[in-house]
Amino acid sequence: MEAVGQFWADIEILRNILSWGFILAGGIAVVSGAIGIVRFPDFYTRLHAAGVTDTGGAELILIGMLLQAPTWIVAVKIFFIGAFLFFTSPVATHAIAHAAWMVGFKPLEGPELRYKEDGE
Amino acid sequence: MGRFIILVLALAGLWLLLSGYFDNALLLMLGAASIAVTVWLAARARVMDGDSVPTGLMPRIFAYWWWLTGEIGKANIIVIRQALAVEPKLSPKMFTVPLPPKTTVGQATFANSITLTPGTVSVDLREDGILVHGLTEGLCDVAAITDMGERVARCEGSGQ
Repeated sequence: MEAVGQFWADIEILRNILSWGFILAGGIAVVSGAIGIVRFPDFYTRLHAAGVTDTGGAELILIGMLLQAPTWIVAVKIFFIGAFLFFTSPVATHAIAHAAWMVGFKPLEGPELRYKEDGE
Repeated sequence: MGRFIILVLALAGLWLLLSGYFDNALLLMLGAASIAVTVWLAARARVMDGDSVPTGLMPRIFAYWWWLTGEIGKANIIVIRQALAVEPKLSPKMFTVPLPPKTTVGQATFANSITLTPGTVSVDLREDGILVHGLTEGLCDVAAITDMGERVARCEGSGQ
């Protein structure tokens, strides 16, 4: 099959090693994000843990999949998925955080993790 | 006019790369027709401005995105270490950072960059700054975030 090109076929071992590393790193990021969502104390801090899954996790796994692409048209589509995720995920995160802030949801603050009193 | 050409080229590139048809005349004609309709509708709805076709930040925004990827990587490691630490040392707080970009696209890019970097989420956009929620003391670095905003502002150039 000429679709991949000789060079892409020649570096198959290198591609497999790299994509193995990227997918493993992405998997670690996704799992860490999930653990963070459970462990962090309040809504706003949990958003940050979800952000790890959104950015590091998703993009690293997509890079790993990019290296496994059988044809360049598949590679381009994976690249587009990554690019659109890059632009849309912060909008969703901001929408959630903004909605919580607007209805008066207070964050835990400071190293003692307590709610700030009025007038402080 | 420049914006019109860039929109047509971007739509044509997207259509060709997503469909993968390069030698089927009928499908290429239909693709061209769909692009023409899209551009016509965009022009008719008067949305073909600096917000929806943000050519004002190009081409320097591509270098900025590359730099931002590195920042996201570094912040990811910090947040992952906190998530997996036996005793997470969190010190969340709300703080305001200044807003160096002047155009709406630049401000949206800056706010999205803050949110994309794990450990900081932009919560509210105000007249004079962005309200940010930070996860730890080290991540609540107003100087570093302002530097990110100034990089976006430099991409704006003369502005739209």
